[in-house]
Amino acid sequence: MIGLWSVPLLFALPLSLGILSLLVVPAWRPRLIFIGLPLLVAASLDVLAGLATIGPHVYRLGDWAAPLGINLVVDGLAVGMILMTTLVTSLCALYAWVYLRDHPTSTTFFWPLLWFLWAGMNGIWLAEDIFNLYVGLEVMGLAAVGMVALRATPQALAAAMRYLLAALLGSLAYLLGVALLYGAYGTLSMAGLQEVAANNATTQVALALIILGLLLKTALFPLHAWLPPAHGGALTPVSALLSALVIKASFYILLRFWLVLGPEITPEFTAQFLGVLGAGAVFYGGWMAWRQHHLKQLVAYSTVAQIGYLFLFFPLVTNTGPEAQRLAWDGTLMMLIAHALAKAALFLSAGNLILAVGSPQISHLVGISRFRPMSLFSFGLAGVSLMGLPPSGGFTAKWLLLHSAILSGQWWWLIVLFLGGLLSAAYIFKVFRMSFREGPQIDRSVTPPLTLDVTALILASAAILIGLTAHLPLHWLRLGSVFGVS
Amino acid sequence: MDWNSLILLGVLATSLVASGVIFLLAESRLVLRTVVNLTAAVLKLVLVGWIVWGVYQAIEYEFRFTIIEGVDFILRADALGIMFVGLSSLLWLFTTIYAIGYLEKAPNRSRFFGFFSLCVASTVGIALAGNLFTFLLFYELLTLSTYPLVVHRGTRESLRAGQVYLYYTLGGGALLLFGVVALHVLIGDTEFVPGGSLAGLDPSLHPMLIIIFLMMVIGLGVKAALFPLHAWLPMAMVAPAPVSALLHAVAVVKAGAFGIARVVYDVYGIEFAQSLGLLMPLAVVASITIIYGSLRALAQTDLKKRLAFSTVSQVSYIVLGISLFGPIGAVGGLMHLLHQGLMKITLFFCAGNYAETLGVHKISELDGAGERMPATSVAFTLGAFGMIGIPPMAGFISKWYLGIGALEAQMNWVLGVLILSSLLNAAYFLPILYRIWFRKRDRMWCEGKVLGRFETQASLLFPTLFTAAVALAAGILAGMPFSPLYWAELIVGREYLQ
Repeated sequence: MIGLWSVPLLFALPLSLGILSLLVVPAWRPRLIFIGLPLLVAASLDVLAGLATIGPHVYRLGDWAAPLGINLVVDGLAVGMILMTTLVTSLCALYAWVYLRDHPTSTTFFWPLLWFLWAGMNGIWLAEDIFNLYVGLEVMGLAAVGMVALRATPQALAAAMRYLLAALLGSLAYLLGVALLYGAYGTLSMAGLQEVAANNATTQVALALIILGLLLKTALFPLHAWLPPAHGGALTPVSALLSALVIKASFYILLRFWLVLGPEITPEFTAQFLGVLGAGAVFYGGWMAWRQHHLKQLVAYSTVAQIGYLFLFFPLVTNTGPEAQRLAWDGTLMMLIAHALAKAALFLSAGNLILAVGSPQISHLVGISRFRPMSLFSFGLAGVSLMGLPPSGGFTAKWLLLHSAILSGQWWWLIVLFLGGLLSAAYIFKVFRMSFREGPQIDRSVTPPLTLDVTALILASAAILIGLTAHLPLHWLRLGSVFGVS
Repeated sequence: MDWNSLILLGVLATSLVASGVIFLLAESRLVLRTVVNLTAAVLKLVLVGWIVWGVYQAIEYEFRFTIIEGVDFILRADALGIMFVGLSSLLWLFTTIYAIGYLEKAPNRSRFFGFFSLCVASTVGIALAGNLFTFLLFYELLTLSTYPLVVHRGTRESLRAGQVYLYYTLGGGALLLFGVVALHVLIGDTEFVPGGSLAGLDPSLHPMLIIIFLMMVIGLGVKAALFPLHAWLPMAMVAPAPVSALLHAVAVVKAGAFGIARVVYDVYGIEFAQSLGLLMPLAVVASITIIYGSLRALAQTDLKKRLAFSTVSQVSYIVLGISLFGPIGAVGGLMHLLHQGLMKITLFFCAGNYAETLGVHKISELDGAGERMPATSVAFTLGAFGMIGIPPMAGFISKWYLGIGALEAQMNWVLGVLILSSLLNAAYFLPILYRIWFRKRDRMWCEGKVLGRFETQASLLFPTLFTAAVALAAGILAGMPFSPLYWAELIVGREYLQ
């Protein structure tokens, strides 16, 4: 039956493939993607079809009711995240399939880790109770740390170590919060909590711990220090996956919690405070990105900045009108998805540029527009979305957020969106400026395999296209949320 | 979906597809690239001709789809938009021919022509945009597609110019975005309708509307090079001559001026704008820009720089015409959109011919150029006469209508601005003409290129002569159907006298 068999497959399949990939000979590990990708794409589309036909629903694993069984929530938000994950991960996997041929030692563990990462993420998108969210977080987090360490250089290991510490601290805080909530209310289900949670000290402390843990994992300024070395130093497909998807998972959990508990329990101050931190991230991340000399570090700091926009969600939905709330929801999710697509494209094309000139330095990109136009074109398309210039997903998101900010009378967020856009233009054009310069060097570059360029281009084009066709995805994303009725 | 909406997409697609194909072509595929370029340009011209005929017969052309709830992507051909489309597609064809000749054997031509086509696609999008959102979309795309053209040479100077260009245009674009979003919050999707759609709003919103108007006009004024937002324009002169020609005559500055026309006529409505007291300040700023641009042009020794400041001054005639309350001034301003485009592109083509053929960049080096390059010099003279406003050139007709329009709007001081500006125009153009025609050549020109039968390459000469001829015809045949004057009167009659 449509939409039902495929829901558990979304995490069962990558999990089994992960285990399988540990059992087969190394040469076969990459080839498993040709089994896994089509199946997962089919399963994701089937879940979408299920959402379209029977609407948002709760799927009971093995037909056991909660608290004994596990409930999976299949609403617009979850399905949107699943589709985004499938698209980005599939393309990154194809990229890695070619890219890792030059890194034979890394391939051994890349593929098992990729499958576990995927299983963890899909688990998070679907989980209905807060403990399964924790399990998903840990599976995903540990796989991500492992992937950062793949390069096995001292810097990579140091970055992975820092990442591990941050991830564990974050999970610990989250788990403490979950334990407090379970102790107080005896339920782990989101829906259950929404019914019984009262506004008291326990809930507030629990929520504070959960928010803190998730902020650390999302790398929101000023808790971002682990991110640039981890994302900037990893292998290119890993950087793309981490920046595009992994940090979104913890934000997603935060979003879910906020929708269930936020408005009643947290004071408005918290919402504004999260917004202010977001603004800090936009400014600080943008400024630091502009100052980088290494291409991938620049892209990594750009992630620090872009995360900030997502946090404007909280002040825009707290104590504002329904129209402003709906726009904030639409804008934040559009921003999240557009960033996932654009940032994956940006990392992949940055990786291609680095392969082409054989150096991670931005200053070595002199004249690259002449001989690697396609890599630069993908970089540019992705950059357009990150700068929030039309026509792109980033622009549509910015438009919605601006609209929401004006409607709710919080004009100060306009300044964040205004300056943030200009800052991102500054760091994107820093790369372009170099690429147009005519230097004394002769044209001498390695031509990366076509697959690498094509995957980056597809992602970048998707970041542009989603802005033009935003109507449909936004409609789906609203299914089953409190913003469903407009 | 019927043909009338598909044809609009076709006009946009010709240059968009051409751009994509050219990007993918290898640098060495000269013939194929030229074929793609010219086919697209000719095809577009044919489609535009078709639409012009349709609009003349009052056929509606519209294409729309929903982007997000309450925001549509709309392409629509009305008389005003199609005038701008006609100008850009005609001049695109000639600039393409010119550029193929100009950049012969230069590096990075695939990149150049790819962005060049993208730039025209954005201009056409701006012209056909049916609401503010779509306009904004293409307005920003224009910024992005012109940057690589400005920095094309890759020298330190051009990169610097590109940076300044971005500061101005991205800043302006962001302000425009704010204005558009704010307007959206107030009234929803802001489609362009003749007579505007804001007049019925509650008077308590009027201060807000004034602020929004300011934001939008500043955002548009950057591209229209209104004083004091003009500094990027002379700096951008480091770009190759076809880029200067296209940027100055067609794409960027016109997009700004055209946007101001849209905001005043089709968003606010001329009468409502007048009642808010917005037109007078606009007229003052335009007048200041006219005089200031001319004064700065007087001081330039570099030919392209002088032409650039002349552009700063001349584009403001359009803005001035828009801000004159009354149909005759409007006709003058709108007509000048075409006239200035034709005349200025001729002048830039000529400057490019001098530079390419004789290696001349400074005005002082032009002594005796008329003897060596008579045809180019005749074209330059026609363009310069037009700019000064000597009858029966096109520029005269614009100024005549602007003058009458000023009197009609009871702004007699504008007449003084026009006279002073014409004197200044004469003061900075006549010395050039004197050098070209009456001075004896006093130096060796570095004529590197082997030339054919003509005074310079045919691909440089003929577009120049053609645009000069059209500019001349626009003045002499102003009374004929489909002349710029005729079309401007059609627009004003059809849309602004309702």
